Amino acid sequence: MSVALAERPSLAERGQSDGPSTDEKVFVTLTVADQLCGVPALTVRDILGEQTITRIPMAPREIAGSLNLRGRIVTAVDLRRRLNLPEAPAGTKRMSVVAEQNGELYALLVDQVSEVVSLPMQSFERNPPTLPSPWADYSAGIFRLQGRLLVVLDTAQLLALAPEA
Amino acid sequence: MDDLLADFLTETNEGLAELDSALVKLERNPGDEAMLSLIFRLVHTIKGTCGFLGLPRLEKVAHAAENVLGKMRDRELQVTGDVITQVLAGVDRIKEIVTGIGATEAEPVGDDTALIAALNRVCLGEAAPAPKPVATAPVAAAPVIAEPVLAEPMIAAPIPVAAEAPPVIVPTAAVAEDPIPEAAPEAQAAAGAANAAAQTIRVGVDVLEDLMTLVSELVLTRNQLLQLARTQGDDGGDLGRFAVPLQRLSHITSDLQEGVMKTRMQPIGNAWNKLPRLVRDLARELSKKIELEMLGADTELDRQVLELIKDPLTHMVRNSADHGLETPQQRRAAGKPETGRITLNAFHEGGHIIIEISDDGAGLSVDRIKAKALANGLATESDLATMTDAQVQRFIMRAGFSTAAAITAVSGRGVGMDVVKTNIEQIGGTIDLKSTQGQGTTFTIKIPLTLAIVSALIVEAGGERFAVPQISVVELVRARTSEHGSIDSERTEPVVERINDTPVLRLRDQLLPLISLTDLLRLPAATTDAAEDAVYIVVTQIGGTTLGIIVDRVFDTEEIVVKPVAPILRHISMFSGNTILGDGSVIMILDPNGIARASGVGGGMEGRAGGRALSSGNATQGIGANDRMAMLLFRAGDQAPKAVPLGLIARLEDIDRDRIETSAGQPVTQYRGRLMPLVPMSGMLDMDRPRHAVLVFSDDERRHSGGAVADGGRCMGLVVDEIVDVVDEVLQVELTGNRPGLLGTAVIAGNATDVIDIGFYLTQAYADWFAQPQQALQAGANGKLARILVVEDSEFFRHMLVPSLSSAGFDVVAAHDAAHALRLHDAGEMFDAIVSDIEMPDMNGIAFVRSLRSKGRWSELPVIALTSHVAPEQIELGREAGFTDYVAKFERTALLASLHQCLAQHRAGDNANQITLAA
Repeated sequence: MSVALAERPSLAERGQSDGPSTDEKVFVTLTVADQLCGVPALTVRDILGEQTITRIPMAPREIAGSLNLRGRIVTAVDLRRRLNLPEAPAGTKRMSVVAEQNGELYALLVDQVSEVVSLPMQSFERNPPTLPSPWADYSAGIFRLQGRLLVVLDTAQLLALAPEA
Repeated sequence: MDDLLADFLTETNEGLAELDSALVKLERNPGDEAMLSLIFRLVHTIKGTCGFLGLPRLEKVAHAAENVLGKMRDRELQVTGDVITQVLAGVDRIKEIVTGIGATEAEPVGDDTALIAALNRVCLGEAAPAPKPVATAPVAAAPVIAEPVLAEPMIAAPIPVAAEAPPVIVPTAAVAEDPIPEAAPEAQAAAGAANAAAQTIRVGVDVLEDLMTLVSELVLTRNQLLQLARTQGDDGGDLGRFAVPLQRLSHITSDLQEGVMKTRMQPIGNAWNKLPRLVRDLARELSKKIELEMLGADTELDRQVLELIKDPLTHMVRNSADHGLETPQQRRAAGKPETGRITLNAFHEGGHIIIEISDDGAGLSVDRIKAKALANGLATESDLATMTDAQVQRFIMRAGFSTAAAITAVSGRGVGMDVVKTNIEQIGGTIDLKSTQGQGTTFTIKIPLTLAIVSALIVEAGGERFAVPQISVVELVRARTSEHGSIDSERTEPVVERINDTPVLRLRDQLLPLISLTDLLRLPAATTDAAEDAVYIVVTQIGGTTLGIIVDRVFDTEEIVVKPVAPILRHISMFSGNTILGDGSVIMILDPNGIARASGVGGGMEGRAGGRALSSGNATQGIGANDRMAMLLFRAGDQAPKAVPLGLIARLEDIDRDRIETSAGQPVTQYRGRLMPLVPMSGMLDMDRPRHAVLVFSDDERRHSGGAVADGGRCMGLVVDEIVDVVDEVLQVELTGNRPGLLGTAVIAGNATDVIDIGFYLTQAYADWFAQPQQALQAGANGKLARILVVEDSEFFRHMLVPSLSSAGFDVVAAHDAAHALRLHDAGEMFDAIVSDIEMPDMNGIAFVRSLRSKGRWSELPVIALTSHVAPEQIELGREAGFTDYVAKFERTALLASLHQCLAQHRAGDNANQITLAA
């Protein structure tokens, strides 16, 4: 079911939450603490392997630090911390998904970035009302996949970082 | 050519080019209101600007054209071809005149009455009378055809031009006689446009900014490549082949960077060009004679910086003219030339621009500033007494110092100087001032050349690297960390000492407050390498104070491209930006101002409103390290031991609870036949205690020695819980008195001990304790209040000495070192006696008194030495050098006795250098 991103650009759209207006949407899939998640492919600027991240003292907890992406300084946000998940085990090589928000680049630090998939909107559902707080805040909906569920991450919400958040 | 005029021409030429096509479009589409208002605006701008520049001819034509356009805009006039033609004729005339101005810098002579009349007629709705085919010439030329040479502007204009550009213009002038005059304006307009266009292109600032960003990226990439080549190129592999092109790339990048920087650079004269006019007007307004001298006007700096300093500079020059310089009468009286001088001087120094604004006016009056600071509650009298003149003068840059009403009356200067200071600090600059009374004031502004690329020192703390802007780094000190409190003066390397876990460093006889970057940024402590206990201290200067930042390692300096931090991180005041280093890693740029604020020293001083904040500002000066003094230790309120110099205490008493009464809500006791107010140290008198320990402070001496014992001295009793001990200790006071009543903290008898500011409690009992009662005045040589100069490098002792002498009825001036005292001498100050410390940095007391005795107006003054070493050979040495007397620190009674004796002898004309051992 995985497709190359370039082959189906017309199907990818920014908005992913409402209505089966198109048949399929393209997502970059990733895992964080064993949960499969997806980010709309068009919001993704880059996918990075393990990077040297400069820690920033006094920064909010979820800010992992800054990294250099081809001469631009990118703020790295630790997705585990943002979602109140336990810390990644020491020595894990984590990858990042780079997205832009208000002209600034942010890197979402995740455990693993897997593949780019095109998902049929028929399998999309809104968040179950019982979804607990951090997930409900940052999830734009759920895709029912074979055998597992994919949480669509709302990057805009994830990156709406307020000082002292 | 005048810059203003050049700007006008460039702008107007652009406007005119636009006008032509706009008018044609309007003619084709008469209903286009947007186009019409654009045209109206363009003409209006031209009219407005030339009125401003004093170009009457141009203004009249533009005005007439504007009237027509106004009518059209208001729909009172139909947009017809005829009307447009008439307006175009006006535009053409404007072009001619502008071209003339471009060539000669003055309006060409000519007569536009016909054209204006034609325009006015159109305006009134009459048909345009001008023949249609040729718009320009006939209108102007027709009525005055008899005298073509005078009337035809095209002819008048080129004549002065001829001198400048003969090949083009001369034939034009000749042609102008020709019955076909159109040729002339065209040729001329072309020439003029070429003139204006060839030299400058107007480029949007954002284009330059983008270019700058790109170049910054390029520089970073280049740095990365070079780093790569350095680390891997040695093994002669493939990289070796890249070496040469890489080198070339590097050079080109540098040139490109320089070039792009240049596009942003503007001479500072651009920010100055309005000043001569401003000064001239001010001079007339104030009836002063002022000469403005501008040096280094071609010093270039980044336009962004330039824009930001324009207003502060104007403001300061205005201040200098208004408040700094005196009136011609005053100047004559002071023996100065009538014409005051304001000098602006700009130059480059170490990657920064220094701008000096100096005047040769009256200088800042320290006394007035003190009075003003007192009145505004910025400082207490005892604070002021211990401050150096320079510190007092800096008050003018404090927020809340000057209020509009008081400027001229009291401080004499300082309209919004705090705003100026804030503006300059915002661009990473610093401002300082130097003023000598009677000789003038100099403000020195230090600003970075550009905001985009700065030179920074790369340091490491807690395993992370940071950049410190070079502008705020004064020096680097390597120091050892050692066990708590152990002082090993044998080693040359300075040692970081600790007062109750607060690190400090003795640096050239000053106590430098330190802040550990690791602690401040809550970084994990660096991997402790036991053998390597050396740290580096980055000494930074923030405003008037210095602060040492402890870091683990120091790398080299690097030119870094400052990038703003992500919005989420902007609230962290410790960082001013971030950057990418040559090795590709991202690092944070520290903001020394933010660090100072966060650590509670220095930078916070200006921000806080209360007068007590001052003490913390002064904290950095510390005290001399080897001063031993007797201290009384006691407890009050909490368990922390407190201390006060024994010399200040008159008596210790144990007062029964029953003897404590209340008068006017204040606890008092009858003491030696008088009422003595009691001030409980802990704030509340614990009436459950049967007895209270009381430290009695008295100003008895001043009554007795003052001669007239009117009502006996006044006493104050400080009620404490328990008197602990009297110790004789090497005092190391960290003056961080954020709390009122507390001078600072010192380690006494192995414990962190609060040193009490007695002055604070005295004024609680008697608000006027330090005011000088009439009957207690100490008469000096001239019958006025005896004026004493105290020369003492230790802030702490000045703090003790000055109020103590003031309370004894002397007029006390404090100098923080010998050099400062000598400056007072040079400034014409006169005293009745001098009290000087012996151990001082740079010039000690012995050398100081020698220099006094050798020459000058102070050579006959009594000079009393204050010292902690009262060894016979020391005294002998002092006597030979010229000290009148020798007193041990801090023996208040002995000092006062000695002063009285010296003053009496001095008054009696007995200037024999008698040594009276008072200690």
